[in-house]
Formats: sequence, structure tokens, C-alpha cells
Amino acid sequence: MTKVYVSSVIPAPAADVWKIVRDFNGLPGWAPFVAESRIEQNAHADRIGCIRNFTLKDGGRIREKLLALSDYDLSCSYAILESPMPVENYVATLSLTPITDGNLTLAEWQAEFDCAPGREAALTQQIGNGVFQAAFTALKQRFGR
Amino acid sequence: MVEVRQSTIINAPIEEVWAILRDFNGHDRWHPAIASSEIDGGEPADAVGAVRHFRLADGGELREQLLALSDKDRRLSYCLLEAPLPLMGYVASIRLKPVTDGNATFWEWRSEFHPPAHRRDELVKLVAEDIYRAGFAAIRNLLGRRDVPTPEARPVPAIMPPGPTSVAPRSIPTPSILAPPLGAKETTRAILVERYGGPDVLQLKDIALPPPAPNEVRIRHTAIGVNFIDVYCRTGFFDLLQPPGVPGMEAAGVIEAMGPAISGLSVGDRVAYACPPVGAYAERRNMTADLLVRLSDDISDETAAASLLKGVSASFLLHEVHAVRPGEVVLVHAAAGGIGQLLVQWARHLGATVIATVSSDDKARIVERLGAHHIIVYSREDFSEAVIRLTAGAGADVIYDAVGADTFAGSLAALAVRGHLVSFGQASGPVGSWDIDRFASRSITLSRPNYSHYTDTPEKLAPHVDRFFAALRQRAVRIAQPVAYSLAKAADAHRDLEARRTSGALVLLP
Repeated sequence: MTKVYVSSVIPAPAADVWKIVRDFNGLPGWAPFVAESRIEQNAHADRIGCIRNFTLKDGGRIREKLLALSDYDLSCSYAILESPMPVENYVATLSLTPITDGNLTLAEWQAEFDCAPGREAALTQQIGNGVFQAAFTALKQRFGR
Repeated sequence: MVEVRQSTIINAPIEEVWAILRDFNGHDRWHPAIASSEIDGGEPADAVGAVRHFRLADGGELREQLLALSDKDRRLSYCLLEAPLPLMGYVASIRLKPVTDGNATFWEWRSEFHPPAHRRDELVKLVAEDIYRAGFAAIRNLLGRRDVPTPEARPVPAIMPPGPTSVAPRSIPTPSILAPPLGAKETTRAILVERYGGPDVLQLKDIALPPPAPNEVRIRHTAIGVNFIDVYCRTGFFDLLQPPGVPGMEAAGVIEAMGPAISGLSVGDRVAYACPPVGAYAERRNMTADLLVRLSDDISDETAAASLLKGVSASFLLHEVHAVRPGEVVLVHAAAGGIGQLLVQWARHLGATVIATVSSDDKARIVERLGAHHIIVYSREDFSEAVIRLTAGAGADVIYDAVGADTFAGSLAALAVRGHLVSFGQASGPVGSWDIDRFASRSITLSRPNYSHYTDTPEKLAPHVDRFFAALRQRAVRIAQPVAYSLAKAADAHRDLEARRTSGALVLLP
């Protein structure tokens, strides 16, 4: 099992950041690599078990299932059902924690997955930097830093 | 229960911050409030269970125990064992997380505790600002200094705590009993509480005993009552006692000196009292004369010391807070306890049907002898269901509940329509917050009486004393021989009381 962990400080209160990231169908609004997204079978985007079907700007298609969503813990977890990446058993969690000193937010994004031996480093780099960190950097810019 | 949560970002790698924080005994090197710290018994500082005994810059002493420490998760938790402030049930944790896009550290410091309601805001602010935020600033400062190259080529000196101490608990004026006027050399032995805490804080010491003020008498105690309110004073749950101070609100004894303004009493009179201010756990004390009760020959010192506070309480609970009428169903919790035994006998005497709850069969036998009509051993049986069954679905008209957290919900469920819940203690913990809307389903009345509001003037107190002594003389209520401890063993008495090993009354003998 390979693990990826990325964290960042977002210059905004956790409640404000959560409004954006809790929308399981909202990736096109803030993640720079997502072109469009829809929830399958007209389900609500905060219903556990719903599936988001989104297209990357490079044309790739990903289907992910919402496993958990907590407005108390400010965290959500999801699993990849289909993607162009050679990963299996991929489960990721995005969570926010208030930083009381300055009213900022610690954003954490972690994932666990299985992959073919020898692919760990490349996939870790791709997911950690190309996906999670890129999204956090975009969030930071959105809140003005 | 309140939760305090503070978090910050420290601009240093997580390993560096964790190396400082994981040293459970090292807080005196960085936190501005801590003057010195050592681990009890020489245990390793990172051993779970280690107890750090530390002194604040203002002299206050605390003990805290390490509950968990994980180098993998970079978190530790600890609890407070003893402190000069009533941070009841305080459990805190520190955890660090890396900020991967900047090599910084997220640090969260949080805790839960149970402050006395009237000091909640003050204590939350103290913990959040003077302990946690001051700690954040100190670590930032400490790491900042390390990064600055020192111009002199010599080892960096030990880091001095920055700034003035801000965590110091409220400075408390020394009570007059500890500050004898010049020339007064007299002392007395007393149990002194120098900081809030467990029974161990009850220590026998010599304290100064000034001459009585004009309106005071000096009493040589012959027997001293032990009550649960003394536990609340010892732990700081009630601030009737502020350390250093002597607990105790009830005693009997003999007047041995009087101030010049006293009339109607004489040296040699046998007297008793059951009221603030605290200070009864002493061989001798000065006391204002207003609330003293003169004892007649048919009431012994031990009986008076063991029962006056409980008897006066039972009197106002049964006659003022709720006037019990013949035929009412009265439920008494902790019926084998000090006040419970009186409530059972007296409520029966008033013509009520008495249901008693107790925790064991031994205690059931006691309340059976006292005349309870029905007895519920609540460790074995759901008492609210039993009450509903015993009353054919009607419920109890009044419930006297000094147990608190464990029984409050059940008591509400066991009340009759227009029933009255008299919550007068919290031996198992405070009852917490309740939504009163649901009380409307049976038009429930709730009372939370405070002893002093019923007893703080001679006019209020006298009828209860008279009624209680009359009940004793008529044998409407009987007082079992109290269990006696020597004054020096006050801590044992508290341990037994809190462990519910006792039934009836406890006294200390000087």
C-alpha cells in the first residue's frame, strides 16, 4: 500500500474553505485540472455513495464514489472507481482543520492505493504534486494569497 | 464540559517542534508560566504514566500525568491531578502535523474540562490565552532565537522565559486565620487545604488563631461534621474555600472565649453551627455568634456535629423547597446517606409514601429499618421503571436527588404529572445542560436549592433548627451513631465518603 500526504495552509476560515470543498461535484470550480463534472443518476452531491463522473482538462475521465462526508469534522473520503491512472484500491480523504491563531485553515489531503511495483514514486509524485498540491495552490490563490 | 481548542502554525520543521514538546518534563525550559518541573519518582519523562510535578512562576504547584505519547502520530495527552484552580477533569492533548508545502508545523493544543459554572469564562480564557497561546508564542520565540546566529563564539545560554508571567492564577488574599496580628502567638491544629485536589491535599498543620473579634466567639470543637459539600470545597467545585484555607461547615463544641460585643452566650456554653464560612476542620476556631445554636443537654455533641447541617437541610427540603403533604409519593435517592436517612424517616413521619433508592443490599437493609415503604437497589433495577410500576403508572410527586449525573434523567422519567424534582447535589457529577421544553410533557417543576439561601440569617435558620431538634426529641427521626475519624485522618474520611463506603454520618474528633 502506497501513501501520499499533502498539507497546506489556506488563508481563510475553515468554514469558508469547507463551503467550496464539500461540494463533491464542485471540482471544476476550484481544481485547475478538472474540466467538467456531473453526479451520476441525479443523486445529491452530498449523499454518501453518490458517484462523480468528471473529465480532466487533458481529456481523461475519472469516476469516484463518495464514502464519507462530515460537516462536523470538515472531511470527506472517496474511492476511485475508474481512472486512467494505474492504481487500485485507491481511497483518499480531504480534511480541514481550523487554525485559531489567525483564523486560517490547515488543509490535508491523503490517499492510499496499490500499484505495480516500481510505479510508486511516479504515482506519488503525480498524485501528491500534480493533483493535491496543485489544487491547494489554486485554493490559496482563490483566497488571495 | 467545555472544550478549549487553540492551534497555530510554527515556521519550523515538525521534527524540531516535536523534539521540544515530547519532553514532558521540559516545559519549564520554554513555557513562561513554569518556574520548575520534575518527574515524580524519577520515571523517564516520556513513560506513559509519568507524573510531572511543577511549580508556576507565582509559586502555585501542579501535578499532571502523561496519558499517552506517540512519536509516530506526534501527539501526547495528559491530565491534571492537582492544581490551585478548579479545572475539574482536565484532559489535554497536543498534536503536530506537517505542512508539506512550506516545511512548517501545525500545532493544535486542546482540552476538555468541567469548570464551576460561575468561573467558566474566566478559566476558559486562562487556558486558551495564558497557557496555550502563551506557549505557542514561547516556542516560536525559542525556535526563532535558535535560528539567529550568536555573535559571540560561546554556547547559547539556557533560554530564559520571555516576558512576564501571565498564567498565574488569581492572587488570593491570605485569609485572616493565617495572618495573625502582631503579638498574637496562639495557634491551633487544623486541616489546611493549600491547593485544590484529591483527599491528599487535606493536611494537618498548625495555623494562627487570633483573638476573637468583637462579634465573635472562640469555640473549642468537640466533634466536627463531614459533609459532601466539604468535598466540593476541597476540589474547588464550590469556591466557598479559597486555598490556603480550612474546610468544614459544621461542628459542635464549647465556647472558650468571647469578643466584647457578644451577649446572650457565656464561656462554657455548648454550641453547634452548620453554616459558612468554612473552617470547621480545626481544634479551635473563631466564629461570628449570629448563627450559633445552643445545645440542650439531651443532644450530644457528636449527634449535633453529625446531623445539624443534614437536619437543617432535610427540614428546608421537606418543608420549604417542597412542602410534603400526607399521601404524596416521595422518592429519596441515596437514601442510606447522611441526608437520605433523615429524608426517609421524616417524609414518612409527614405521612408520605416513601420510595428509597440505594446502591447495595446492605444499604437496603438500613433504609428498610428507617421505614421506607419501597426500596429499589438501582444497581440491579432500573429505578424509573420500578417507580412507575410501584405507583401504578402515576410516578413520584417529589424526588429528592443529590446524586446528580447518574440519576437526573431517570428522575425526570419517574416523576408524576406536576411532579417536582429537587436536585440538591451532584455526588456522581454535575447534571449538565437540559432542554426544559420537554418538562412540559408532564408539567415538571425543578428546584436547585442552595443551602445558604435558606440558612444565612438567624431568622431563616432558627425555625429549621427548632424543627429538627423537635423531630429528634419526638423520635420522628433518629441519628445513627456517626462513624468517627481523628481530625488528622480527614483525608481517610473524604476517601470513604467519595467511594460511597459509608452510610449515615461521619465526624472528625479533634
